[in-house]
Amino acid sequence: MARLKTYGFYLLVAVIVLQAVFPFYYAILTSLETGQAIFDINYLPAALDWSNYRSMLSSGVFGRQFLNSAVTASAVVVLSLVLATTAAYALARIRFRGRGLLLLTILSVSMFPQIAVLAGLFELIRAFGLFNSLWALVFSYMIFTLPFTVWVLTTFMRKLPVEIEEAAIMDGASALTIIWRVFLPLMWPAMVTTGLLAFIHAWNEFLFALTFLSTDTQRTVPVAIAMISGRSEFEIPWGNIMAASVVVTLPLVVLVLIFQRKIVSGLTAGAVKG
Amino acid sequence: MARVELQAVRKSFGTVDVIHGIDLDLASGEFVVFVGPSGCGKSTLLRMIAGLEDISGGELRIGGEKMNDVLPAKRGCAMVFQSYALYPHMTVRENMAFGLEQARLSKREIEERVTQSARMLQIDHLMDRKPKALSGGQRQRVAIGRAISRQPRVFLFDEPLSNLDAALRVDTRIEIAALHHRLHDTTMIYVTHDQVEAMTLADRIVVLNAGKVEQVGTPMDLYERPASRFVASFIGSPRMNLIEGATAEAMGAACVGIRPEHLHVAQDGPWAGKVVMAEALGSDTFLHVETAEAGRVVVRIPPGETPTPGTALHLAPDAARLHRFGADGAPLA
Repeated sequence: MARLKTYGFYLLVAVIVLQAVFPFYYAILTSLETGQAIFDINYLPAALDWSNYRSMLSSGVFGRQFLNSAVTASAVVVLSLVLATTAAYALARIRFRGRGLLLLTILSVSMFPQIAVLAGLFELIRAFGLFNSLWALVFSYMIFTLPFTVWVLTTFMRKLPVEIEEAAIMDGASALTIIWRVFLPLMWPAMVTTGLLAFIHAWNEFLFALTFLSTDTQRTVPVAIAMISGRSEFEIPWGNIMAASVVVTLPLVVLVLIFQRKIVSGLTAGAVKG
Repeated sequence: MARVELQAVRKSFGTVDVIHGIDLDLASGEFVVFVGPSGCGKSTLLRMIAGLEDISGGELRIGGEKMNDVLPAKRGCAMVFQSYALYPHMTVRENMAFGLEQARLSKREIEERVTQSARMLQIDHLMDRKPKALSGGQRQRVAIGRAISRQPRVFLFDEPLSNLDAALRVDTRIEIAALHHRLHDTTMIYVTHDQVEAMTLADRIVVLNAGKVEQVGTPMDLYERPASRFVASFIGSPRMNLIEGATAEAMGAACVGIRPEHLHVAQDGPWAGKVVMAEALGSDTFLHVETAEAGRVVVRIPPGETPTPGTALHLAPDAARLHRFGADGAPLA
């Protein structure tokens, strides 16, 4: 019985891993094949042909588009975290009228489906003169990343012992010094987690990037991949698409691998009693 | 070097008053303990002096200067928190230097002061450790060291020993007493609910109850001449026996108090009773006796033979040591 349970458990794990990893694995396989080989069903690498990657990277704009994505996502992360930590400090630590309502409002912003705000946002972006600029994306992505980062960081900051802050006040630290020298070092785990999620969101976003950008050189990678076309409208260049998909996935995998070690809890150990 | 004066100091949270107009005058270099039951406002009062709570009314002066609206760091106070409140991501050295950096002292001076206070507290071998690698007692020393290195005029302690275990608490208490001796011009204000700490450390004790000062005086003053029934029952362990009813009325009071050590077992004693429980502590034995005249009382007897529960005996109070209180809790002459 116990053995059955163990087998059952590992079977379930296997199914979950397969479901999560197989699409990516198949993308890698496909990216390494060319011509007719793409349409042969095989589950093990049959060929090792890098020509898809070569043609992707030498096409000229792809590198630029990759850079666009990187710049946009990084800017979103940095701006979100800066705004969210300062906002979280106020929301978690300063008592003011309407604080609860404000928090709920912030959270409710993230409820609207992207498509619902698209038209209005488009007008806004035109009015600001941001159309076809990466700032349009940074601006619009923050509508979705900020509620989340603010909410998570506020919850986290509430859990930090008040005495630490009071000790810093007694030591003569200003509010900004407290945030910068005392809270930030303690909030790393939360910042890394929320920052990573914001980055992934910004990196993968499609709808806004499709709407607010119009030229090839400004596009971000998800849109660029969708727009890769073959020599004729009857040909879909699967090989190139898959090669590009693999290339854009790698940064995310690398980021998660780097930061997963930093996502450790218990950083506040030793501050109070403990 | 700083006298601390409070004049009609009040604190209210919304419509609830927690501190009802307190007047105190603490001399420079004095060790004053605020003591009282939970919720009496002692910590709030300390935090108001520190500047962590606003003062709703009245005036606070430190060294003659009005401090009501002065920033906490500019009041010349340093505080030791109950939970230590060390910065967990900084080493002991950085913890102690943080406040000095904020005051923009020179690197050399910071180094000098930190080293000096670390040596004073014998934590100089822990300087590069983080708080999580320290024991509770060491953390508390670091917290005290951080406060000392700021060279405050007024030292504030908020129940600093509550998180330590019993043995360490006694050691640290003695160290704090020694510290006060060494920093004899620094005024120290210490909040506790533990009356042993209050009795042993204080030059003067301030007993607070429900946001009001019940009595201010030296430990022996409070012990021997409690100014109210509340102080009488709060100071001293075990508590003073308080007797109400016919026995008290016969003495012309609403309530009569007698400390356990001022009750004696005597053949011809006026109060007859039966032992309910005996606690032999080694140095003393406390008898809990149920009497008809005085209700349940505690008697302190010298160590030795301990009467078993159920033993009948007579008790005689030391008449000169009786405390008589009126119906309002105030002592009767």
